[in-house]
Amino acid sequence: MSDKGAYNPRIHWFAVVTAVATLGLIGVGGIVTSKGVGMAVPDWPSTYGYNMFFFPVSQWVGGIFWEHSHRLMASGVGLLTVLLSVWTFGWGGRKFLRFFLAPLLGIGSLLCFVVAEPQIQDGTLLGGLAGLALGTSFFWPRCQPSPRLIQRLSVAAVIGVIGQGVLGGLRVQLFLDDIGIVHAAVAQLFLVLLASIALFTSRWGAAALGRGVTTTLRTCALGWGLVCLMVLIFGQLLLGATMRHQHAGLAVPDFPLAYGKIWPATDEASVSAANLDRVDPREFNPITREHILLHMAHRVTALVIFAVALLLVVGATKMLPRGHWFANLLILWFALICVQGLMGAATVWSKKAADIATLHVVFGALTLVLGSLLSTISFCLAQAVPRRVSVSVGSLP
Amino acid sequence: MSARLLAGLIFSELMVGAFGGDITGKIILKGEPPQEKKLPLDPQCSAARKIAGQATTRFYVTDANGGLAEVFVSLKAVDGKFDAPSTPVILDQVGCEYKPYILGALAGQKIVVKNSDPVFHNVRTTPRVKENPEFNKAQLPKGRDLDFTYKNPEKFLRFKCDVHPWMFAYVNIVSHPYFAISGEDGSYTIKDVPPGEYEIEAVHRKAHAPKYVGLTKKITVGADGAVADFVVDITK
Repeated sequence: MSDKGAYNPRIHWFAVVTAVATLGLIGVGGIVTSKGVGMAVPDWPSTYGYNMFFFPVSQWVGGIFWEHSHRLMASGVGLLTVLLSVWTFGWGGRKFLRFFLAPLLGIGSLLCFVVAEPQIQDGTLLGGLAGLALGTSFFWPRCQPSPRLIQRLSVAAVIGVIGQGVLGGLRVQLFLDDIGIVHAAVAQLFLVLLASIALFTSRWGAAALGRGVTTTLRTCALGWGLVCLMVLIFGQLLLGATMRHQHAGLAVPDFPLAYGKIWPATDEASVSAANLDRVDPREFNPITREHILLHMAHRVTALVIFAVALLLVVGATKMLPRGHWFANLLILWFALICVQGLMGAATVWSKKAADIATLHVVFGALTLVLGSLLSTISFCLAQAVPRRVSVSVGSLP
Repeated sequence: MSARLLAGLIFSELMVGAFGGDITGKIILKGEPPQEKKLPLDPQCSAARKIAGQATTRFYVTDANGGLAEVFVSLKAVDGKFDAPSTPVILDQVGCEYKPYILGALAGQKIVVKNSDPVFHNVRTTPRVKENPEFNKAQLPKGRDLDFTYKNPEKFLRFKCDVHPWMFAYVNIVSHPYFAISGEDGSYTIKDVPPGEYEIEAVHRKAHAPKYVGLTKKITVGADGAVADFVVDITK
């Protein structure tokens, strides 16, 4: 098996669908925290004592609807990820399904039925999945295995999605907001991973892996610049996740000023006065000095990201031929960063309305994903030719 | 003075010494409280709700004279060990609201949460005192009662429902029985306080957040009890 792989549009689009589903999952996760309903289903992995797939639709009410939907969507993304991973192993996936996964699920199903208190719903589900795995193995595509890099990424994605599910469960079981923050961070990284698989399974990715891409960039400076910015954006997403999981609502209720000033007062009297004015039916936790400082750090980091992104985009567009697709993508990405900044402002102006705050989460994820893909592409572009070689525009991919 | 009358006087003095007097008072709110917000009830809760009037937040509940309701008043640093009563404190869920909103319980006393609603609720507690455990329990429509017990004192221990994220109640866990919650007119009574000198504290959940350090006064409880009024000032 080599790193050179033929372009398989079906795997590519399946990876795209999985990545889009993951973005949707992050969105629903955002709604769950925006509405403050993350603990609306007290048990895990069951739902009010039911196997989650058997929980009556009539009872999907209030916060249960969102939290339960989040869990079901997560299961769906998990299934898509497993299928994608198996697919990257080509025809070899057939053996995996028939001789490993189906028997494993079958044994699990049997165990559910023979225990002292039979778990009928769990057993039925596992039995159904075992049958599905076995049946699918007979119709499994006879395609070539994907390049090793893609296989490794897809296996990492399976590990990631399982770990992410366990993190979500632990958040519910252990009542720890810190796990919620990690859960949110891993979700972003998982999305980046899936988007990378989608990139490398694309026609462009297949060519890049096969060293078939001609170049535009003479050095990796842009790539490293983008990587640094990605680290900054990821840090910004962590700050946002921390703010969300403090369940304290808006620590600073106005924008662009903060409590009417450039920098808000954080002495005890000012914080107490700020708490007096907070009357939201969600009865957020009282804010503290640390909450205000965290909020301001989020704003300052946003400004830094904007400035760095602007510098990078301007620099790159000067480096690249006019109208080059990569430059256009960079400009699109910069526009996305601007929209994300506006969404942040709108979140404050709307008093953290659940829908706006959720869009802020989704655009944040998009910003990270697109930026990560662009930095990957820039490395590929720079890697394809030796230094000091100028390349004509006509040869660009 | 007859011997019988004398004996009666001595007996009554002893009884006051044993059972003490009542501390009464009134809490007044000074300043204009922010407008209460409507609760965003979902259709299921609206249908289940059989209570007249709009459901709103209860940050500052006052009467026409400025009397402030739902203030937790208690004695500070009371010596002695007090057994929790066998009767539980009752917290009910009615029309997707907790009733009552603020209450008190002795450390170790059972807190029973009922569900009078025909809808699912979950009851989650979010204590701030580390020694008090956090719980999250499911409760079926009109389901069986849920029991909670907390052994460590904590002011305004929050009970909430995540299915309906506007539902909150706050239970004050106290180490002694000398506490009260002010009524609709802001008045309160702490019954049968033994004679002596005390420090009394009045804490309002919103006005004194997040540290819940309330207003305090030194009082002397005699045979006639004592009076302690408070003014919660939220003017800036």
